[in-house]
Amino acid sequence: MKSFEEIVEILKNYFSDTSIEPKSDVKFEPYIIIPPQEIDKVCLFLRDNSELYFDSLVNLSAVDDFNGQKIKDEQGNEIMQGGTMSVYYHLESIKYRHKLLLRVITERDNPVVNSVTSVWNSSNWHEREAFDLFGIKFLNHPDLRRILMPYDWEFGYPLRKDYQNPEFYQGMKVPY
Amino acid sequence: MSVRTEEMVLNMGPQHPSTHGVLRLELTLDGEIITKVVPHIGYLHRCFEKHCEVMSYPQVIPYTDRMDYLAAMGNELGYVIGVEKLLRIQVPERVEYIRVIMAELQRIASHLVAIGTYGADIGAFTPFLYCFRDRERILNLFEITCGARLLYNYIWVGGLSHDLHPDFVRLTKEFIKEFKPNLRELNNLLTYNKIFIDRTANVGILPLETAINFGVTGPMLRASGLKWDLRKDDTYSVYNKFDFDIPIGEGKMGTVGDSWDRYYVRVLEMEESLKIIEQAIETLPDGDVTSAIPKKIKPPVGHVYSRVENPRGELGYFIISDGSTSPFRVKVRAPSFVNLQIMDELCRGHLVADVIAILGSVDIVLGEVDR
Amino acid sequence: MIYDFLNDLTGSPFIAGTITALLPLFAFILPFALFAVLLERKVAGHMQDRLGPMRVGYHGILQTVADIIKLIQKEDIIARNNDKLLFNIAPVLTFAGSYAAFAAIPFSSVFLGANIDLGIFYIIAVTGLVVAGILMAGWASNNKYSLLGAMRSAAQIISYEIPTILVVLSVVMLTGTMSLYDLSESQSSYFWNWYLLGGPEFEIQKFLLIPFMLIGFLIIYISTLAEVNRTPFDIPEAESELVSGYHTEYSGMKFAMFFLAEYANMFAVSAILVALFLGGYQSPFGYLGNLLNINWLIPLEQFFWFTFKGIFFVFVQMWLRWTLPRLRVDQLMAASWKYLIPIAFFNLLIIGIISIL
Repeated sequence: MKSFEEIVEILKNYFSDTSIEPKSDVKFEPYIIIPPQEIDKVCLFLRDNSELYFDSLVNLSAVDDFNGQKIKDEQGNEIMQGGTMSVYYHLESIKYRHKLLLRVITERDNPVVNSVTSVWNSSNWHEREAFDLFGIKFLNHPDLRRILMPYDWEFGYPLRKDYQNPEFYQGMKVPY
Repeated sequence: MSVRTEEMVLNMGPQHPSTHGVLRLELTLDGEIITKVVPHIGYLHRCFEKHCEVMSYPQVIPYTDRMDYLAAMGNELGYVIGVEKLLRIQVPERVEYIRVIMAELQRIASHLVAIGTYGADIGAFTPFLYCFRDRERILNLFEITCGARLLYNYIWVGGLSHDLHPDFVRLTKEFIKEFKPNLRELNNLLTYNKIFIDRTANVGILPLETAINFGVTGPMLRASGLKWDLRKDDTYSVYNKFDFDIPIGEGKMGTVGDSWDRYYVRVLEMEESLKIIEQAIETLPDGDVTSAIPKKIKPPVGHVYSRVENPRGELGYFIISDGSTSPFRVKVRAPSFVNLQIMDELCRGHLVADVIAILGSVDIVLGEVDR
Repeated sequence: MIYDFLNDLTGSPFIAGTITALLPLFAFILPFALFAVLLERKVAGHMQDRLGPMRVGYHGILQTVADIIKLIQKEDIIARNNDKLLFNIAPVLTFAGSYAAFAAIPFSSVFLGANIDLGIFYIIAVTGLVVAGILMAGWASNNKYSLLGAMRSAAQIISYEIPTILVVLSVVMLTGTMSLYDLSESQSSYFWNWYLLGGPEFEIQKFLLIPFMLIGFLIIYISTLAEVNRTPFDIPEAESELVSGYHTEYSGMKFAMFFLAEYANMFAVSAILVALFLGGYQSPFGYLGNLLNINWLIPLEQFFWFTFKGIFFVFVQMWLRWTLPRLRVDQLMAASWKYLIPIAFFNLLIIGIISIL
């Protein structure tokens, strides 16, 4: 069992030229911020390193940080410009019983993150869900389709904070 | 002359007797042998996570009931534990005990449905009704406790909505006494039935490595041979005060991690749950169950991941608070959602009839898959 | 027999033939189907700790009648892509196959549609029509589930006919007759004369035969169970896999035809068992009519015993259905080809050897 600081130490030693940014001053759960283009490599290392051995991805959640600039679009709806989106990875090692929280921050206007499906198969549907509901594109994902929404849904990504319901979907009135 | 053969695509569901709800499976068949399974989900999508963002913390609780509607107590427990962590409140001992009793009763009720419908999928309809007869008694217990039989809104942040009914302890003891022989009867009727074993043993074998890599949890993971149960391994509430075992798959009738193991782990877990309930009602402390309920729920800024062992696996809530009265983001790690991914891996090379046997042993609830 | 009697009575072979043909349908199959459906529901209900139908009539006695009325009222749905000709013929053919079998079944010494010398052969041949009907239904429905169900059904019925025929053959070899009437007559008076217990001849052979006859009986019971598509062999219409197999697309009376055929078949195979092994219509304990010297009572008693034995085996079929899970296709085939056929074959050989001793 390794503590958070030890894990950060190991990571920093191995990825010396990548920005590994630990955040331990937050309440409850400290996390490490990883750049979106490096996440798959970091995860592969975390899984295969014999001291860490994070063999299980417990959860993957996307979050709309909603921290950009609020502007009005043509219809007068409030939308967000700029800002970031995050993806949180909850890892756990079943062998050593330690846990880790990773966070990836990407641009809200063009969210692109490397997929970790090649590392843990369990992230497959989680990433599809994040793509479906937030519009985050996961590079190298084997099957990035919508999962919960209809395949022909073209009215945006529902879990974004500035999402607006369409008036009609396939001739049916949406707001009831 | 060569005969031209082609693969057939069979669309199973969303209206099919044994897809357990509105799951659609796109099966690619070579004769009757499966070459590919593509699950299509989302027919029951109700934007639970979006709803959470506009409701106050206590208002979310009834919505959690509606995810895994067969294990509503477990859903509430997981969410409430998360919010309590954010608020850093300590709940009275009696509340914790009652929560454990409810969660374990719910586990038995949920496993009874899983086992019963599994029998019905295999073609034995009678065990299904036997299971529902026993489940009905548990629902009666819930009914006298909180008035609802399926969606309870019983476990609240910091406490419970009601204290136990005066008859609850007596009725629970009666239930346990009568349920034990029923469980034996069920084993004789279904578990050790030769045809049932032939249908399920060595079908849909899930090796442990694959199971962990696919994030499979709950009885499925344990059936593959790993002693991993959050009630012990990442204990919450007062589970550490009780003595119980974690049954794992041993490949008694076939290979470790086959459908029979997944089924049998559930049967054994019901016995363990009975043990926990017995211990909990013996040592049930006194106290007020509503005293610790906060007047105003406004957690500080932060995020927390709380998880509980639901009947179907690890149910996790990733709750982010922005300091207001409603959560900024709630992400649910639904066990069925993650477990269902493995269908393609398990089904390949089996017959159509095995898809049913495998799907039943995965035991999904579509309300939770689609949220 | 009935035909001769009616022919003498009316003097017209046509009227006699029509009445003889319709008699089993109206006097037996329809009431039996009504009764059997109700029995099935009641048996299922009580086995599953519930009551079954309780609303229509006293304890739900009229439930099936209500269901039939409902089915008659239903719309007859034919999908656009169905093969209409085959789709319409299929239920008729299936029902005709199982109905025709009743012509040669001896309900009592006088109630026998036609005393064919090749009775048992005829029944086995004519029930083969059912396969054609099922295949047609599956193909014409233009539905993948129906097609899979029909394919399974054809494979299953054909493979399970072999052990059935092998066992029938062993009895035929022993008795030297294929007429069900003669078979029943030869097992007269008491139950120790039944072929299940070695047949009427009281010699050392009889006792040697008993175990092999029991084995033969078990085999034919299992294989006929598979032939009528009942659990644990109900894979052609496996509800949880194939929705309802070959009759998924049928509605209204056409569905009722399949339904009726299933229950008629259940009784037909039980009747074969009874005629071959359990003395046919003969009473196990002698007749009340003989005791009281009332001659006309004897055929009625025979009819009672025949239906009683038949319905008992129908009840056992239901009992199995509500107890056992369902086999898988490959296991079903294995059960027939790997176990039943070899055992039936050796059983046939041994019975042959014993009979020439």
